[in-house]
Amino acid sequence: MSTFTQKHKKLERNITLLSVFSLIAVVIGGIVEIAPLFWIDNTVEEVEGVRPYTPLELAGRNIYIREGCYTCHSQMVRPFRDEVERYGHYSLAAESMYDHPFQWGSKRTGPDLARVGGRYSDEWHVQHLIDPRSVVPESIMPPYAFLAEKDLNAGDMSAHLKAMSRVGVPYTKEAIAAANEDLVAQADAEASTTDLLARYPKAQARDFDGNPDRLTEMDALVAYLQMIGTLVDFEKGEAQEQPR
Amino acid sequence: MDNLVFRAGGWLALAALAFMAMALAADGGFAVHMGIITIACLIVLWVTVSKADYGAIARGIIKSPADPGIYDDEPIRWGVIATLFWGMAGFAVGLYIALQLAFPVLNLGLEYTTFGRLRPLHTSAVIFAFGGNALIATSFYIVQRTCRARLAFPGLARFVFWGYQLFIVLAATGYLLGVTQSKEYAEPEWYVDLWLTIVWVSYAVVFIGTIVKRSEPHIYVANWFFLSFILTVAMLHLVNGLAMPVSLLGAKSYSAFAGVQDALTQWWYGHNAVGFFLTAGFLGMMYYFVPKQAERPVYSYRLSIIHFWSLIFLYIWAGPHHLHYTALPDWAQTLGMVFSVILWMPSWGGMINGLMTLNGAWEKIRTDPIIRMMVIALAFYGMSTFEGPMMSIKAVNSLSHYTDWTIGHVHSGALGWNGMITFAALYYLVPRLWGRQRLYSLRMVNWHFWLATFGIVLYAASMWVAGIMQGLMWREYGADGYLVYSFSEVVSAMLPMYLIRALGGLMYLAGAAIMVYNVWMTVAGKLREEKAMTETPHNEAADKPIVAQPAE
Repeated sequence: MSTFTQKHKKLERNITLLSVFSLIAVVIGGIVEIAPLFWIDNTVEEVEGVRPYTPLELAGRNIYIREGCYTCHSQMVRPFRDEVERYGHYSLAAESMYDHPFQWGSKRTGPDLARVGGRYSDEWHVQHLIDPRSVVPESIMPPYAFLAEKDLNAGDMSAHLKAMSRVGVPYTKEAIAAANEDLVAQADAEASTTDLLARYPKAQARDFDGNPDRLTEMDALVAYLQMIGTLVDFEKGEAQEQPR
Repeated sequence: MDNLVFRAGGWLALAALAFMAMALAADGGFAVHMGIITIACLIVLWVTVSKADYGAIARGIIKSPADPGIYDDEPIRWGVIATLFWGMAGFAVGLYIALQLAFPVLNLGLEYTTFGRLRPLHTSAVIFAFGGNALIATSFYIVQRTCRARLAFPGLARFVFWGYQLFIVLAATGYLLGVTQSKEYAEPEWYVDLWLTIVWVSYAVVFIGTIVKRSEPHIYVANWFFLSFILTVAMLHLVNGLAMPVSLLGAKSYSAFAGVQDALTQWWYGHNAVGFFLTAGFLGMMYYFVPKQAERPVYSYRLSIIHFWSLIFLYIWAGPHHLHYTALPDWAQTLGMVFSVILWMPSWGGMINGLMTLNGAWEKIRTDPIIRMMVIALAFYGMSTFEGPMMSIKAVNSLSHYTDWTIGHVHSGALGWNGMITFAALYYLVPRLWGRQRLYSLRMVNWHFWLATFGIVLYAASMWVAGIMQGLMWREYGADGYLVYSFSEVVSAMLPMYLIRALGGLMYLAGAAIMVYNVWMTVAGKLREEKAMTETPHNEAADKPIVAQPAE
């Protein structure tokens, strides 16, 4: 033991050695644990149906992030009987593969939202966001009435899609160029959605906030909420889960 | 200072008067002359303002003693005041958002005051503003004394302090405005992250620079912990903050990582914000102030070596326990769990080394409320570093995750360990930094101690009950094979627990308010006439150390 402390005295008297050794000590864990996630292929197994967000969904997701919804709502159903029955099929890694940043959350002051898409009507969402206690009397959620009053001012969505593509989301050149038109078209019941649907299969296009005259933040947020967890068709997926 | 404001204000008023006369002049000649007088007044104003000794003014504001010149303590005095200020702000916001969960009407219907925006304000204010200022101030204090060297790069040290305050203000106002990356405890956007990087590198330069110019050959153990804290936080911040801005003239950015990889990077960061910011850094504080206040050497030198290296090596692996049963690969979850459980040992190594330092000085718990705070801080450190590994076991985590148990666990560590050890350090520092004979009142320290302790007990106990109740209700099945409770029924069951939690928070805040008053009066140079803390006579014969031989 005393030779050990004698040897350690070298470190205690040399700030360079001490810095280098303490840095090595903390680097090892990160390298062994995190780095493999980037090169082990089955970390994220590709699943049919998962696609990048439409510009309107992305704008809605940015509002979800801005308002700190993740502080109370998770988006990660764990593979337990009660969670699957309460929320739906457990979450797959691929379902968040285009989530920059992820929104798995850490706390369920409110329910999980990983499968909230399609579970309630647009009207319910709008009413619930404006005054949560008018539809769920026990709710302790803050009211978000201001979303319905604010015009959606998402900025240049092409720039947003471009930033996303720079970090690896496969948006095509056409999708980036048409981002601003796609944003408007998805929330307009009158507009043609052929191009939008070609670029973003399963995209839901309609007026979401009940006010067809304006494109509001409420439109974007509800469009996002209504698509969360709807991209993968789990009915169809059963066959692929059979032993190969 | 009053004199400066008076003179500068006078010249400014004169300049304004002359300028108005120029603007309203009836003829050109008068206008030119009044213009000349305006310029003359402005020149005198500029000379007055530029010649002022702002350092002296600043020292006057915080009533600094004339610096004796051995150590550079001015940034530390500012740090102590900033710690108190941000502490009160962070605790108050915490109490407010706790009340929001009980009474949602307190969200006020404004976008700036919703729980979602205030919650990061609370966490950042207590961790980075209160905790960060405490760490910077105490590390500067400790590194000078243990190296017997004056702070290296005094100008840069002041930049670190003020630059860090700017970071806090940018982060805090950003949350209220909705500028956030949504990565917990790393919410500030890319440009604020860049600013923090500059400040943090400067901090490392000042700290390491002071160690380099030390006149003591040996680097004291507290400095190992501070060093590891500074270097590791730099690494974590740089990797987790990687993001692609949408525009160089806009706040929004997208994280460089997505989904699984983003989640693990974030919790590698998040858990080690706890491990290095709130543990290693605060252990550095503990290793200086506990031996000083107890007037006893550190219990075991060998234990400090072993627990330092094992703590920093093991902590970094523990991140995945925040992602049990998620879409993170199972091997990473298991690895995270195993290392989290092993981490229990070095954590308790620190607790034991701290508590056993009181060997032969245990009677001080009775007589010295500052020692009492240190002991309760170490006790809460030990408790939460047992609770943490337990909660990282997958079976336990399946119940505790997503519930208020996690919130309770965090707060028994933050309020109990970080808060209490910081309060004790501040009580130790204030009379020494301001050259006062003693604190204004020791009895107020005692009040603070009991208010804070009962506050934590209410907080932790109510959150245990809330969390376990939540976890059990979510998974409860009836005889009919259906889930028994809807989600909203679980929400309404939380109300009494949320009220008790808020009461605990109020007591903790009240204790801190007493501290602010006590420090204020101490700085002002006042001494409270009060009865001594104890009147039990000291019995020399009964006061025997448990272990007679000292550590080698």
